[in-house]
Amino acid sequence: MSDAVKLFKAPIRLEYTIPAGRATSRFCRGLASGRLYGQRCPECKKVNVPPRGACPTCGVPTEEEVLLPDSGTITTFCIINIAFAAQALELPYACASILLDGADSTLFHLIQEVPVAEIRMGMRVRAVWAENKLASLEAIRHFKPTGEPDALASIEGHF
Amino acid sequence: MRDVAVISFSQLLVDKAEANDAELVMPVVREALGRAGLQKQDIGFTCSGSSDFLTGMPFSFVGALDAVGPWPPIEESHVEMDGAWALYEAWVRLQHGDIDTALVYAFGRSTLGPIEDILALQLDPYYEAPMWPDATSLAALQARALLDSGRLSDSDKKKATAEPPKIVDGAAAVVLASGDRARKLCSRPAFISGIDHRIESHLLGVRDLSHSVSTEIAAKHAGCFEKSPTFAELHAPYSAQELILCDALKLDKQVTINPSGGAQNNNAVMVAGLIRIGEAATRVSNREADCALAHASSGPCLQQNLICMLEARA
Amino acid sequence: MNRCAVIGIGQTKHAQKRADVSIAGLVREAALAALADAELTFSDIDAVVIGKAPDTFEGVMMPELYLATALGAVGKPMMRVHTAGSVGGSTALVAAHLVQAGVHQRVLTVAFEKQSESEAMWALSPKFPFQPPLLAGAGGYFAPIIRAYMMRSDAPSDVGLQVAVKDRLSALKNPYAHLQMSDITLEMVRNSPMLWDPIRYLETCPSSDGACAMILGDDQAAKRALRPPAWIRGGAMRSEPTMFSGRNLVDPQAGRDCAADLYRQAGITNPRREIDVAEIYVPFSWFEPMWLENLGFAERNQGWRLTMDGTTALNGDLPINPSGGVMATNPIGASGMLRFAEAALQVRGLAGDHQIDGARIAMGHAFGGGSQFFAMWIVGSEPN
Repeated sequence: MSDAVKLFKAPIRLEYTIPAGRATSRFCRGLASGRLYGQRCPECKKVNVPPRGACPTCGVPTEEEVLLPDSGTITTFCIINIAFAAQALELPYACASILLDGADSTLFHLIQEVPVAEIRMGMRVRAVWAENKLASLEAIRHFKPTGEPDALASIEGHF
Repeated sequence: MRDVAVISFSQLLVDKAEANDAELVMPVVREALGRAGLQKQDIGFTCSGSSDFLTGMPFSFVGALDAVGPWPPIEESHVEMDGAWALYEAWVRLQHGDIDTALVYAFGRSTLGPIEDILALQLDPYYEAPMWPDATSLAALQARALLDSGRLSDSDKKKATAEPPKIVDGAAAVVLASGDRARKLCSRPAFISGIDHRIESHLLGVRDLSHSVSTEIAAKHAGCFEKSPTFAELHAPYSAQELILCDALKLDKQVTINPSGGAQNNNAVMVAGLIRIGEAATRVSNREADCALAHASSGPCLQQNLICMLEARA
Repeated sequence: MNRCAVIGIGQTKHAQKRADVSIAGLVREAALAALADAELTFSDIDAVVIGKAPDTFEGVMMPELYLATALGAVGKPMMRVHTAGSVGGSTALVAAHLVQAGVHQRVLTVAFEKQSESEAMWALSPKFPFQPPLLAGAGGYFAPIIRAYMMRSDAPSDVGLQVAVKDRLSALKNPYAHLQMSDITLEMVRNSPMLWDPIRYLETCPSSDGACAMILGDDQAAKRALRPPAWIRGGAMRSEPTMFSGRNLVDPQAGRDCAADLYRQAGITNPRREIDVAEIYVPFSWFEPMWLENLGFAERNQGWRLTMDGTTALNGDLPINPSGGVMATNPIGASGMLRFAEAALQVRGLAGDHQIDGARIAMGHAFGGGSQFFAMWIVGSEPN
């Protein structure tokens, strides 16, 4: 069957308008004004960031907003050497789970302004904010090392 | 089969949800559990139904699971189908006899994307989907087949060509319990006397669209024809489909169809079928009926159908 | 609860691109092979349960609708399961539930992925609103977890290399496996590009087109089967949230609870001694030692020793993934079912060149999401 059709293209294009949801919406508004808000669970009292309106372990609504500092500790990280369509970052780049001071869950973000080989678990980092802050996690350009001593003990039990 | 009953139900329908999936699901789960007098740790099995294509993002059921607070870890499963099939899976799981309760929920934010086009992706990806027939055009094909069948009265002819359904966002939750546990938790449980579902070919051209063969087979296996339901909740977003279903289910004029208003007024995609079961169960539990029928559908032109018979027992 | 056995198994030849078949052709290839193995036809089947990973992978919404005809399901019940990467396993369990509940006698269960018809990387990492696009696929999510394991366990850095080579060499004995790398060496893996540091290219699973199918039957169906059945001695599913405070990503509680439930059902008190062979879901080579610990085959932080001392090799005392596993074949939605099916092949004595001699008790394992969904079963040459 030399004339068999082996491939035809059927492109799919669908446009969605996604509401952020109540918790993410408040979180994003905070980011646009340069503030990081977590939510405290009324039952287990843990502070979740980014907040999602529900405590993932208790299954109850989380309403109480907690203003968090923009500094924290890297719990774990990876260095990415692979290019893919959705991003336009220079390779290699590092992404890390960051335990913000005063939070109980980690936030995932870029680590820059440091050679990737020097990034460590327990490293202290601080947010570098964009000048033009969108209502999105992109309001934070990346996190960078603060130069403080590593705080491995503070991330115990967080990865 | 072990006796299993719907012991509580909660639904939330909104024109356009501001909530994320977890925020949408949480109130119905909490309300359904509350009405059953249960807490999350009392539940033996959890099962949900949803579709990623409604939000255009993969794994939408994962975020929604936060609404349940699955910690400590729970026994849980998900069907990429209407929540009525999640209820079926939970009913099967309860037959094993080692657990007595199950939580079922469904959610869908159908208003985020072009739902009429999105549903075209349910068709054969090589022969049909590339032509992007929208959902209403497909339903019209079915209405035409019914009109041309010569089976309709003049008033039914008018009914068969009513407006397309109103699309809404929504979530629903049902708690199931077995036998004695159901009686303990609910003054009048709606026992599932029969439940069955069947599918037909995806090729619209090989089906007689004016008949719903799969509904008839499912109804037979669910024991529908031996019962006399007072109410029937039919998952028929389009009015012609309601006529086809009444025909397949041999429902006479004594049966009140869709006392809730049905999916034509509020079509929460992926949720509407579970809502039919919840609505029918509620009519039994609140003593409006001793027996009620619920139907759920999936796919274009009633391709797949589920029948659930609910009844009160002494 | 009724007894349930695997009485037929089929899988496709897995490849990066199965351009010779449509999606329907792919699932049908596996289903017909399973029916042939069971010496049955579609008319003997009462219901069909199908599973796959997200619909966005192929761009077909709820593909069970389109596949009903190809799988002989017209006029029958058909269900579609989706529990992320664990789906192949949970699909088999949902099918088994139907038999165990006494609803059906014989159920066909199928799982598939045809990744070449879409862009899985795009489907996994689309431009999500409200967050920067960072992850570059599943590797970006799992690399930090592996890094945490490496630090916690103090394992030698070449554990991942060993698994990568072992599984590819085993795959050479499996004619259905996607990767057939007869020249693979530790050096080759070590020198492959570091994609998501600490994960190298050859420490990563491939992306495959493929399908797997099984026929599950009750006591009577198993008695009538001409070939030996694999009896299901236990099956369990567990889920936990994606992100929460204090979550142990390396050694998730849901995995531990799932295994504990499974062993209780199967009457297993010492998995390391009582299980002859295990097919576990290892998408990145470092997951072998991590799951060995999570499943109770080794103490915490000690799993890597079983890899390094050859215990998990094909000729070891506890062979892990004699089929080559996910590291050699990864049609995502089918990967979990392949683990379940390969475990069943072992206890039926039908695993061919990668058969483990005398295998009587085997484990199939699958996980998904952010290491949060688990599905497992234990099959045996005899019922419980």
